[in-house]
Amino acid sequence: MLCEECGKRPASVHITKVVNGEKTERHLCEECARELEDFSFSFQPNFTIHNLLAGLLDSAKESPIGVNISQKIQCPFCGMTFNQFSQYGRFGCSQCYGSFHGRIEPILRRIHGSHVHTGKVPRRTGGKIRLKKEIDKLKRQLEQAVKKEEFEKAAELRDKIRELENQIGRE
Amino acid sequence: MSLENFINESASKWMEGNGPESDIVISSRVRLARNLADVPFPHMMNKEQSEKVISEVYDAIQNNRVLAGDFELIRMKDLSKLERKALVEKHLISPALANNEYGAVLLSRDEGVSIMINEEDHLRIQSLFSGQQLEEAWDLCTKLDDVLEERLNYAFNEQIGYLTACPTNVGTGIRVSVMVHLPALVMTNQLNRIFSAIGHVGLTVRGLYGEGTQAIGNIYQISNQITLGQAEEEIIDNLNSVTRQIIEQERTARGLLLKEKKIKLQDKIGRAYGILSNAYILTSEEAMRLLSDVRLGIDLKLIDNINPRILTEMMVILRPAYLQKLAGKELSPAERDVRRAKIVRNRLSVKKTKDSGGVY
Ligand SMILES: [Zn+2]
Ligand SMILES: [Zn+2]
Repeated sequence: MLCEECGKRPASVHITKVVNGEKTERHLCEECARELEDFSFSFQPNFTIHNLLAGLLDSAKESPIGVNISQKIQCPFCGMTFNQFSQYGRFGCSQCYGSFHGRIEPILRRIHGSHVHTGKVPRRTGGKIRLKKEIDKLKRQLEQAVKKEEFEKAAELRDKIRELENQIGRE
Repeated sequence: MSLENFINESASKWMEGNGPESDIVISSRVRLARNLADVPFPHMMNKEQSEKVISEVYDAIQNNRVLAGDFELIRMKDLSKLERKALVEKHLISPALANNEYGAVLLSRDEGVSIMINEEDHLRIQSLFSGQQLEEAWDLCTKLDDVLEERLNYAFNEQIGYLTACPTNVGTGIRVSVMVHLPALVMTNQLNRIFSAIGHVGLTVRGLYGEGTQAIGNIYQISNQITLGQAEEEIIDNLNSVTRQIIEQERTARGLLLKEKKIKLQDKIGRAYGILSNAYILTSEEAMRLLSDVRLGIDLKLIDNINPRILTEMMVILRPAYLQKLAGKELSPAERDVRRAKIVRNRLSVKKTKDSGGVY
């Protein structure tokens, strides 16, 4: 068997790849396998700004009838659409996770069998999480105070909440 | 240490071959993916944003007194294609980073840690240890991560953890892997059975070249597939316990071969040694296949006078870019095969007692 890549040397390296249950086989000579290992195995070269623009133009050209709803969902921060994400398999920015909210969970469950992080929490963000929880608690107390018409206490609570919110903003 | 040293120095710390279980486990690696909250992911960044990420990460390291002197910043744009490839072959950077003109890496002097900047994610903190030392590698990575986090605003979400460009890394962002040499399991045709079992516990296996069961030099890399829903320690424990079982099985297979097929084994190993010591043309596939046999011979005490490190060393030194860096010029594939054979011949003629590692 000859190498699929160069068609010159005999294929001595056989690569089987299983992606999402789909099996692909490649038969290469050693030289070509080396090249592949070194550079093409990263998906980087296939993803350029040109691809991105081409993707944008393509979806703009399509008739409205054919357009899937998911194509219209776009991340306002980086401009990536959900359709592009599903083509490239990569998000444009960390805000995409929020922008495509609701569509991410099933994907994560399929990849990881879970959608809840249980590992390390960065110390700083960890502090924020604690502050947020504290604010939630104070807001519940504020509601109660307002209901009971304890306005002095409510004002105190409001100041505290503001202070904590400022603290989060500063960090 | 200068850039030239990072590329030319043959031995990285991970190649010393003195870690625990190093007769089977070549290396342990931990890699953490991290991103900055306020910058798009690297594949969406412009030059200015890339520079900003590099300088922020660099400043975060410089801010720490202990680390400041230990790391060197190397930008991809300052390296030739060959130099980048040589760093890839030493496992210090990934092919994806080598391909990014706006990428950079912070390398520790002993080459045990590399912080890749603007790879698929803004940061990939990697540590590489010799033998089975995943906990040690994790300990180092997480400490570095803490230092960086003091200055960097990481993209983190309460629900799904560290946010990454690819959803396959989200959560812990951790990828742990061991590189193992399994010649006896290959010879006794037991790998498929073991590897299919590995798939069921959230781990993947790949050979030196790509995925699948065909590997060069009987060297395989086992790593975690799942990054979300399990804590880092669980992921490490899981890989550690699977590795321990594989070590056990490989040792059993080696013992069995020695007991029942000793002559055949001696013949195979002797032939490998004979070819390696006398060949004038060696492809890397052939070299690695034979070096694997020789290494097995060393481990089983059927050959002495050769440093067991030879397999790990040659794994890097005989790769195309590294060979060319050592030669100081570009070589055609045919020229490389000649050069490769020469290096191996020289290496095998050096006796263990005189072994200094500097014969290239
Ligand atoms: Zn070819
Ligand atoms: Zn986005």
